Amino acid sequence: MRAGVAIRLVVLALLIAFVASPQTFAFVFQPLTRNGQPAIYLQNGLLNLTLSHLAIVAVATVASTLVAVGLAIAVTRPFGAEFLPLSRTLANVGQTFPPVAVLALAVPLLGFGTAPTLVALFLYGLLPIFENALTGLTTLPPAVTEAARGVGMTEGQRLVGVDLPLATPVILAGIRLSVVISIATATIGSTVAASTLGEVILAGLLSSNLAFVAQGGLVVAVIAVLIYDGLSALERLLAHRTGQGAR
Amino acid sequence: MIEIDALSKEYSGQRVVDRVSFNVAEGEIAVVVGTSGSGKTTLLRMINRLIEPTAGTVRIEGEDIGAIPAHLLRRRIGYVIQGHGLFPHRTVAQNVGTVPALLGWDRARIDRRTDELLVLFQLDPAEFRDRLPGELSGGQQQRVGVARALAAEPKLLLMDEPFGALDPIIRAKAQSDLVAIQKRFGTTIVLVTHDMEEAIQLGTRIAVMEQGRLQQYAPPAEIIAGPANPVVAELIGGDRPFRLLALGRVRDLVEPGPAAGEPVAADASLREAYAECLWSGREVLPVIDADGRSLGRIRRDDIAHRAEKPQ
Repeated sequence: MRAGVAIRLVVLALLIAFVASPQTFAFVFQPLTRNGQPAIYLQNGLLNLTLSHLAIVAVATVASTLVAVGLAIAVTRPFGAEFLPLSRTLANVGQTFPPVAVLALAVPLLGFGTAPTLVALFLYGLLPIFENALTGLTTLPPAVTEAARGVGMTEGQRLVGVDLPLATPVILAGIRLSVVISIATATIGSTVAASTLGEVILAGLLSSNLAFVAQGGLVVAVIAVLIYDGLSALERLLAHRTGQGAR
Repeated sequence: MIEIDALSKEYSGQRVVDRVSFNVAEGEIAVVVGTSGSGKTTLLRMINRLIEPTAGTVRIEGEDIGAIPAHLLRRRIGYVIQGHGLFPHRTVAQNVGTVPALLGWDRARIDRRTDELLVLFQLDPAEFRDRLPGELSGGQQQRVGVARALAAEPKLLLMDEPFGALDPIIRAKAQSDLVAIQKRFGTTIVLVTHDMEEAIQLGTRIAVMEQGRLQQYAPPAEIIAGPANPVVAELIGGDRPFRLLALGRVRDLVEPGPAAGEPVAADASLREAYAECLWSGREVLPVIDADGRSLGRIRRDDIAHRAEKPQ
């Protein structure tokens, strides 16, 4: 555990150093270049691209979370129960649509840039969060929900005071999956001119520069792994705090 | 205190509770006993409207509960379930203080009440207040569950198999604690169990349910002595004489005179005294009170006489 934390901190430090000052690491990528190609992608700045990439993922995930959790809450209430199958279908459709197709369809409506990417990530992120929120809200210990009714909590008090806190670790696991998928998927947003790390990879592919492809891919992968681990740790902490360490 | 009047519950045409009527007087422990599927839990859950009846009424202190918003009604009624149902993300103190908090008591009053109850249930507040339920033993969790139900000083306590998840030794302790606390607060209790032994031990009145119908509602001695029908008789089982003895206390049969050997306590049940006679091969046992003073003796023949079928 200790060693794991240390390794992740070192990796994080390297990531920040590389993104802040990529030129310093030029020697690492130099062997991958041919014919005097540049080793480091310098247009738009790696730092700007990384921050923009993360911002797009963050906005899309927050939106997915709000909608997916809201939807899961609605369909697990008595009044919304009949919409459960419909909402499941909708979220599944969002998932089966390839993100590239969403981009292609969204561009004529929203134009080039960040907007179609946000839409694709938003739709793509819905399903894992929705499914997990549904699982979390429908697999609460029966004795606990019975007690919550029995002590005289209202519907709203049960949702906020008991159901959601107990479901949070499971919902968070859905958000984690969604974030990691989005971090990877956001790269293709650069095909429609969104400002993401995909730009570095695309530039590498267009100019046959392996160094660009490698650095773009590496930064995306490292960010995804670190965020995955960070959120996993947060889940464990919350599960422990809510007394469900073993759940 | 509670008047249950022709209460019925149907699920898709099937009557799980069929026109059940009985009253529970204030301060009584009414035990509803029956096999699984007899409708006893459904009956209990209609009293705090966790289940809405198909027909019939329940009145608590003369008030029709159908007229009270369900969540407000439940805050007035303590509710204990099998497997305690404690909120795993809230501390022991927060769990116990649930209903007072819902009722809007101020912080200081809730804290005072919580500590008072924890002490009453032999859980040192300083040690247990801030623990999570998952960090307690089964017996401790059960006690916190009962403390939570009693927190807002309800006049009525509903208990659904409250001791079902406990091992026999802890169960006996929890049962005697419940009786002591019931005496102290005078709370009216309706308790559901499948265990006739438990019903006889705890109940001031026993309601026997079978197939949704109330078979008999009477004090334990009456149920044992004169089961209303074969169904009730079967639930009581073959050892009726011993169940009768379990109801009597040694102090009822004490007479002056000497006796040798290990004494029995005046508060012990006649069944325990009889077992001691048989085990040690004695005809008479000396009787002592709680302070160890001699009260006289009890004779085996007298005990055996008590176990005969009442005329």
